[in-house]
Amino acid sequence: MKFLWFHLMPYTDLPDDFKQAHPSVWVDIDSRLFDPAKGHVMYNDFLDELEHAAELGFDGICCNEHHQNAYGMMPSPNLIAAALARRTRETALCVMGNSLALYNPPTRVAEEFAMLDVISGGRLIAGFPVGTPMDTCYAYAQNPSQLRERYHEAHDLILKAWTTDELFAWNGRYNQLRYVNPWPRPIQKPHPPIWIPGGGSVETWRWCAELDYVYAYLSYFGYKLGEATMHGFWEEMDRLGKDRNPFRAGFLQFVGVAESREEALDLYSEPALYFYDRCLHVDARYAAPPGYMSEATIRARVKSQVVQAATRTASDSHAYGRPAFEEIVSKGYVIIGSPDEVAEQLREVAVNLNVGQLMLLLQFGNMKKDLVFHNTELFAKRVAPQLAGLFEDEWENRWWPKPLAPAQRAVPRGIS
Amino acid sequence: MAEAARAGAARGAAGHLVKAKKTQTARLRERRLRVQGDKVRVWEKGRGRPLGVLSGLFGFPSWTPFLEALSAKRRVIVPSLPGHPGGGDFRKLDELADWVIATQELLEAADLAGADLVGLGPGGALAAEVAAFAPASVKRLVLVAPFGLFDEREPVLDFWARRASELPATFSAKPEEFAKQLVPPPGADEIEFQVGQVRSLEAAARLLWPFGDRGLAKRLHRIRAATLLVWGSADRIVPASYAKRFASGIAGRTRIRSIANAGHRADFDAPEALARAVLDFMK
Repeated sequence: MKFLWFHLMPYTDLPDDFKQAHPSVWVDIDSRLFDPAKGHVMYNDFLDELEHAAELGFDGICCNEHHQNAYGMMPSPNLIAAALARRTRETALCVMGNSLALYNPPTRVAEEFAMLDVISGGRLIAGFPVGTPMDTCYAYAQNPSQLRERYHEAHDLILKAWTTDELFAWNGRYNQLRYVNPWPRPIQKPHPPIWIPGGGSVETWRWCAELDYVYAYLSYFGYKLGEATMHGFWEEMDRLGKDRNPFRAGFLQFVGVAESREEALDLYSEPALYFYDRCLHVDARYAAPPGYMSEATIRARVKSQVVQAATRTASDSHAYGRPAFEEIVSKGYVIIGSPDEVAEQLREVAVNLNVGQLMLLLQFGNMKKDLVFHNTELFAKRVAPQLAGLFEDEWENRWWPKPLAPAQRAVPRGIS
Repeated sequence: MAEAARAGAARGAAGHLVKAKKTQTARLRERRLRVQGDKVRVWEKGRGRPLGVLSGLFGFPSWTPFLEALSAKRRVIVPSLPGHPGGGDFRKLDELADWVIATQELLEAADLAGADLVGLGPGGALAAEVAAFAPASVKRLVLVAPFGLFDEREPVLDFWARRASELPATFSAKPEEFAKQLVPPPGADEIEFQVGQVRSLEAAARLLWPFGDRGLAKRLHRIRAATLLVWGSADRIVPASYAKRFASGIAGRTRIRSIANAGHRADFDAPEALARAVLDFMK
């Protein structure tokens, strides 16, 4: 069982009337709400939180990419990962990830991920998301009808750039490069492990199976609604003749740990509501550009039970619904409780969904650093040990970084 | 031919029956032509000199009152645009040049080379591009609320970024009637109806994303055809003031007409008035 500490880096000071006064947290978010001096403190707190998680022994720390989004302040996750590469030692750096079609040319991803892998001594997990419609088609104006084609071509180009020793020419549909020869190259051979964050698309499952990548279902709606998707994933693996190695799969879960359930409710209600009320206040206008979802997926969605959790709660005006706090807890969007209660529920999540790479949001909404540290410590010291070793006797995690041996590793000098 | 039979039953776009005149020219003919490797639906009706029509947003799922009104005076030929109902594969079209060549080959296959041409919305952008790339391909041109230009002081509306409930009023000045078009007709396969609708919006996106400007302003001076620019007076998508921008750039003689009580899909809102404007211009 791997535990990865995931940060979204939400702006923690959106006003109380945000939902009423503003149409969306994403794309057309009011820039006057961003106070750079507060942002300075937030970024540094967030980096402290990620470093703290690494010190407490989390297997990996994760960052991700969003644009024009007040709940995801990482337009460049690679900048964050670079800072973390110097301030952490053993933990895997999971960049979840670079939206490939947004990098022009896509060899930029091959270069920057190689830099991160080399600086960190081979600790990189390379995430290749398509990216949300809000990020790609609206904030970055990508053509929704070409987005996936560009994504797949970028993927092929990056893989070839990482695995070809000779300089080569790339005459693609969307990219033409006469001289492809990135420098540096990654430490991990043939390349860092590749994880694909996705929704519930059958095509993505097949693609992950074919190329032997980790499929990570990043939902904000917890394990109960994630069940249909993950069961669909495993059924597809069965059909394709792939084993049920749980390390093929990643899953994102919000967690709030305290000494007791009552205390947990007291501590985490406000940040959870801040997240679901303000951070997920996304205008439906930006959620479904035509062509973003393939026709095969539209047909499958209508016909099957595999429905992305978010769409169940969507309304005409908003891409996500606004659950009441009771629902947030009872439906497991956020798993809340004492260390034992959380461990029990997470075991159920891991076993039922058959997920070996568990990504945890232990900072969410407007949660402040002290509480984040508290949550992270309780998790590391009293939850994680109860689940340690799960799946590991039976299955090999072939999708985990293989860093340099300790003797080969550089040690950054301290700062005074 | 099942589609032609349905169209022949003449369920108009507004859902009311189109009264087909009982003359020998009244029969709607459907052909399937091979264009760029795909079978493409081409409708034809009426007598006289050929008049091509390139569809607007959502395409022509059925023969409409607007087409019917045109066919009273002209031999109306409607080749389906790629990705729109009856059209060929649009996902092989990447560059603007691919779209222009595909449209030219479509017009040639449908016997419309050098003919009068009407283009609506995205079809208007393609008609203008064809006329600019190859001025001899078009005789007279009618552009109905065409895409192709963009002025940030008066932006084209991002109609893709609309809530479902906003769509009818975005496209039409008769939103309640227009909304009926967006739900599957009785007996239709609901999933495929939905897929087809999204596909036509995607095809328009593939051509026009993010706001329709593919550099036409640099080529407008190449349009030598006499050109009618028509706008619904209540167009919420392409501002009616764009008519002047087109007119000032086009080399040929231009005329501007406004259609009262019509939105972006003037062909739906005011089919008779729009057809009259087209036919007057062609006299």
